[in-house]
Amino acid sequence: MSKQLHEIKFELKAHNPTDFVADFAHFGVVGSGDMEVIVEQKDLAGAVMVKIVTPVTGYDEVWRRVLERFVNDTGVANASLEINDNNATPVVVSLRLRQALSEID
Amino acid sequence: MKETRKWDTRKADYLERMSGVASYINNGKVVTAEDTINVLEAVIRPFDRVNIEGNNQKQADFLAEALIKCDTQRIHDLHMVQSAVPLPVHLDMFEVGIAKKLDFAYGGPMGGRVAEAIKEGKLELGAIHTYLELFARYFIDLTPRVSLICAYEGDADGNLYTGFNTEDTPAIVEATKFSQGIVIAQVNKLVDKVSRVDIPGEWVDIVIESPKPFFLEPLFTRDPANITDTQVLMAMMAIKGIYGEYGVKRLNHGIGFNTAAIELLLPTYGEELGLKGKICTEFALNPHPTMIPAIESGWVESIHSFGGELGMQKYCEARGDVFFLGPDGTMRSNRAFSQTAGHYACDMFIGGTLQIDKYGNSSTATASRVAGFGGAPNMGCDAKGRRHPSDAWLKCGAEFTSQSEYLGPMPRGKRLVVQMLETFGEKMVPSFVDELDAWQLAKNANLDLPPVMIYADDLTHILTEEGIAFMHKCQSLEERMAAIRGVAGFTDVGLAAKAAETKALRDKGIIKTPEDLGIDRDRANRSLLAAKSVRELVDWSDGLYDPPARFRNW
Repeated sequence: MSKQLHEIKFELKAHNPTDFVADFAHFGVVGSGDMEVIVEQKDLAGAVMVKIVTPVTGYDEVWRRVLERFVNDTGVANASLEINDNNATPVVVSLRLRQALSEID
Repeated sequence: MKETRKWDTRKADYLERMSGVASYINNGKVVTAEDTINVLEAVIRPFDRVNIEGNNQKQADFLAEALIKCDTQRIHDLHMVQSAVPLPVHLDMFEVGIAKKLDFAYGGPMGGRVAEAIKEGKLELGAIHTYLELFARYFIDLTPRVSLICAYEGDADGNLYTGFNTEDTPAIVEATKFSQGIVIAQVNKLVDKVSRVDIPGEWVDIVIESPKPFFLEPLFTRDPANITDTQVLMAMMAIKGIYGEYGVKRLNHGIGFNTAAIELLLPTYGEELGLKGKICTEFALNPHPTMIPAIESGWVESIHSFGGELGMQKYCEARGDVFFLGPDGTMRSNRAFSQTAGHYACDMFIGGTLQIDKYGNSSTATASRVAGFGGAPNMGCDAKGRRHPSDAWLKCGAEFTSQSEYLGPMPRGKRLVVQMLETFGEKMVPSFVDELDAWQLAKNANLDLPPVMIYADDLTHILTEEGIAFMHKCQSLEERMAAIRGVAGFTDVGLAAKAAETKALRDKGIIKTPEDLGIDRDRANRSLLAAKSVRELVDWSDGLYDPPARFRNW
C-alpha cells in the first residue's frame, strides 16, 4: 500500500548567519514518528534551502516555523536541508536537526 | 405520622430469590460452572441494579459471559452499576437488551461503543464517575442488588482470596451484602482452605469455579524500549523543575511513558541531583515494573496499590518493606483505599492527557468515545477536605497567591497537579486546542456536561518539551492563557503566543524552559534511563519480575 507523499520547499535566512562548514551530514532514520535529514554545503548567498518530503499534509506553515526557529537559533547558512519525514512531531524535528549539526562539531 | 409497613422486605426478597437456587447448590455455597446461567436467571430480576466486577485491570469475565446467555424474557433492562466496561461482552449486554442503563467510571477500549449505544438509544447513561465517586454512590443511591465478582480462590463456605488483585472487591461486596443483596463469585480455584480470607464467607452467597482464570490486563506495564529522547528531556525537567523544586515526597504517577521515564531517571539523574531521600519516598501507585530500578536503588519507602500488575506479584512479595502484604505473605491491593490515599495523602499527581484547552482544562475524551477517566480526577484535583500540612503542599499554596481573593490572609496549602504532555501527539495531532473535543462528545452523546478530566482551577503545572508553566502563580485567566500559549509550541494555540509576553512570564518565573532550569538538552537521551528494556527490568529485579509474554522479546 503506497501512500501519497507531499513535498514542501522553501528558503530561509538566519538573522546572524554562520556558514555550514562540513560538506555533508546525515542524521536520523525514517522510522515511524521519526525522520532523517541530509545537510549539504551549498553556496546560496547565506540562505538555507529546505526540502521536506512527508506523508502529512496541512502543516506547511508549522514546518516553516520549526525550521525558522532552528535556522535562527543555530545561524546555519549556505546549506541545503533535505528532510525525509515519517510523521515526526516538531520536537523530534528540532532534535534531529540539532543532532545533525552537532555531528560535525 | 408513624408509618405502618414491613421493614424487612429486602431480607424477604433475598430469601425468596435464594430459594430458587437451592437445587443447584451441591456443597456449602458451591455451584458448578454448568449451572451458572440457571443460577443467574433465578436470582436476577428485570430492572435490577447489577454489578459485574471489573476495572482497568481484573474482570469477572466468566460471569459476564454467562449473564449475556441468559433468557432475555427473564432478565432484561438491568441497570449496570460497575467500575468499567472494557470488554465487548459489557456492551453486547445493551445490544441484546439484558441491560438498559449504565453508571460507570471507565470505558477503555469500548469507549466508542458506549457512545454509539447511547446514540442508538440502546444505552441510557446514568453518569460517568470516578472510581471513588461510584463506590460512594454504591452506599447511597446506586446500591447493587446482585454483584458478580471474581477471586483467585474460594472455599465451600464462601471465603474468598482476592490477594494481589483485591482491587474493587471489598467495596462492591460490602455495599451489596449489607443491603441484603446477593453476591456471586467466580473463582480461579476451589480450595479446602483459602490462602487468606480477603472476603469473609458470610458475605458471599455462591461460589463457582470458572473454567479459566479471570482476565487481567497489564495496563500499567510500559516497555522502556519505547521511551523517546523527548520523554527523557521532559522527565529531566519534571525531576529538576518540579519534584526537586517542591521536595515532593508523597505522590501518584499516572499511566504512560512520560511518568515511566521519570521512574527510570530517579536512580540516574535524580541521584546525580542529590534528590534521593528528598523526593519520591511514598506512593499511591500500581506496581509499575518501571519502578523496579528506583526501588532496588533504595529510593522508595512505601507503595500502596489500587490493583495488582500482571507479572509483578513475586517481586512485590519479596519487597515486603515497600508493598502492603498480608500475614500470608502476599500483597493485597485495594482500590477504594488507594484512591482515598491518592486523594488525601499525596502531595502531587502527575500524568498525561490527550488535550488541554486554551484555559487549561484537560480531557482524554474524543468526539466519538465515552471513555471515562477511572481514578485520575480523584488525584488530579486539589483535595478540598485536606487539613494536614507538608512542605510541598505548603509551598505550592504559598505560591497560589490569588487564593487570597477568597481567603483573605488565611494560609492554605495546595496539591501539585501536573499535566505532562508533548505539544503534538501521535500523527501530529495537536495537544493544545481552542476547544476540547469533549464539547462535541457532550453533544453527540447527549451528556449534561463535557467530560473533563482535570479542571483548570485544579491544575498547577503544565509540562511540555518547551518548558513548565506554573499555572497557580498566575493572577488572572488572561495570564494563565498566556502561560499556556508560552509552552504550547507550534500548535495553533502556541503560535498565538507573543514573544514579549512569554519573555515577561519567564522573568516572573511563571514559565521555565529547559535552559532556565539549567538542563543540558544534549544529555537528554535514552542512555540516562536506568533500564532500557523489559529484559533489564527483569535483571534489576533479580529475576523476580515475570513479564507477560507480549513484553518478552528475548
